Amino acid sequence: MSIKEVEQQIVEEFSVFTDWLDKYEYLIDLGRSLPIIKDSGREEKNLIKGCQSRVWLAADYADGKIWFTADSDAIITKGIISLLVRVFSGRTPQEIIEADLSFIKQIGLEENLSPTRANGLLSMIKQIKFYAVAFAANKQ
Amino acid sequence: MSAIENITQMRDNFPALKQKVHGKDLIYFDNGATAQKPLRVISLINEMNSGTNGNIHRAVHELSAKCTTLYESARETVKNFINASSAEEIIFTSGTTASVNLVANSFTTRFISKGDSVIVCEADHHSNIVPWQMACLRSGATLKVLPVDENGEWIMDELDNLLDGSVKIISVAHISNVLGISNPVKELIKRAHKSGAVVLIDGAQGIVHGDVDVKDLDCDFYVFSGHKLYGPTGTGILYGKRELLEQMGPWMGGGDMVESVSLTRTTYAPLPLKFEAGTPNFIGVAALGEAIRFVSSIDKEFVNNQEISLTSALLDGLENIEGLKIFGKSKKKLPILSFAVEGVHHADLAMLLDKMGVAVRSGMMCCEPLMTRFGLTGMVRASLLPYNTIDETQLFVNALQKAIKMLK
Repeated sequence: MSIKEVEQQIVEEFSVFTDWLDKYEYLIDLGRSLPIIKDSGREEKNLIKGCQSRVWLAADYADGKIWFTADSDAIITKGIISLLVRVFSGRTPQEIIEADLSFIKQIGLEENLSPTRANGLLSMIKQIKFYAVAFAANKQ
Repeated sequence: MSAIENITQMRDNFPALKQKVHGKDLIYFDNGATAQKPLRVISLINEMNSGTNGNIHRAVHELSAKCTTLYESARETVKNFINASSAEEIIFTSGTTASVNLVANSFTTRFISKGDSVIVCEADHHSNIVPWQMACLRSGATLKVLPVDENGEWIMDELDNLLDGSVKIISVAHISNVLGISNPVKELIKRAHKSGAVVLIDGAQGIVHGDVDVKDLDCDFYVFSGHKLYGPTGTGILYGKRELLEQMGPWMGGGDMVESVSLTRTTYAPLPLKFEAGTPNFIGVAALGEAIRFVSSIDKEFVNNQEISLTSALLDGLENIEGLKIFGKSKKKLPILSFAVEGVHHADLAMLLDKMGVAVRSGMMCCEPLMTRFGLTGMVRASLLPYNTIDETQLFVNALQKAIKMLK
């Protein structure tokens, strides 16, 4: 599946929620059920500091693809992170560089990625793109 | 203008309180960050921006004269509001942070050198810690820290140990923006003066909750912001005792702060203009004067009753929630309540509360040392003003319980 197809899949999953409560409960469940980072990944060098919540992001490069693991101390942030990891992990650097993340807006979560929310998510996406650019440059 | 004596009259003054957020009636409990503005402040700002606008202290034309009068009468209003000895002791700044920085620069240059020390408090806002760290780095002075106990109260015995004769200034908060406790500033000032130290009181929260009388406190500096006191952002006050302000040099140079300028030598204007370089925020300052006249028009008994009943309603509601811990226990508790819930992240709580129309603050609240003191990465804070209602406190407690249930 392409990035676009995974994004479409997520949009469809979220389309069943008519109430914000259900949507956030789903995010909380996602955050709770996914151990998305190894203990070793939760270290200072992978920490993205937000004023509100902390986010950890680690990247591994294998077979031309980048594999992301990530975590947060806040559960809703972690739920959103799990969606981002689902979209980005196992992709080539080029795919990641080209991704526009329009699905975030379609599922009504764009406010959480606003620079005003200080939850580390926007910095996390920047960091993901930065890894992609760095790995792409290394390859050449 | 007639006095405001009840909650309906009070709320009628605040159009911002009537809005909906995410489709729900707004419950605005983030007043510690900034207060909403009353109609008369809004209309004065509109009136000045749409007509009465001329740069102050400079020209002979009518608009300049009108604005200068509004600006200088605001100084008189502030002077009376905090009972300063003269209007020259009132310096307009851009906010509490700018006021602290002004003193941390000018006072330090004049009075502090290597071997001296400065006391700050571990419960305080970064804006009352960082400027003093910078001042100590520049001057070679030592920064000492007044600690707080488990309840968030100053450890006064420790103060006596810190006051070893080397202390030139103590800079502490009247009311902590996190703990909502009214600190024993008068006692601290007495002990400081005995040891030869002067005292700056950060009144960002203090000016909002209760009367401030700088003569009675005998503080040397008192600083606060306009925007937490129903006034506009970008306005602040530095009160200083005249004899200290006279001895301190200006911090910023520019227009309006000079008496005479040549390319080799400049003499400075007398107080207060010595500290007000450049075009000040004169519309903001005029509106701050209006905000203070608004505050003075609210019945004192109504305000006191509101503060007491809102605080106890909040405490009652929150204390019944399992796993919730309130920080800052004191008989002198104001409606500024910060708490943490076991096993639940503060940012998650604030996010869900926002979805339910409740605006609260979450995070470190610019008090990282205090968070470290309590072993936390953040708290949630509900901070109320007399325009909030008992109904709102109940709706807030219900919303909070719902959010905790979702997250646990």
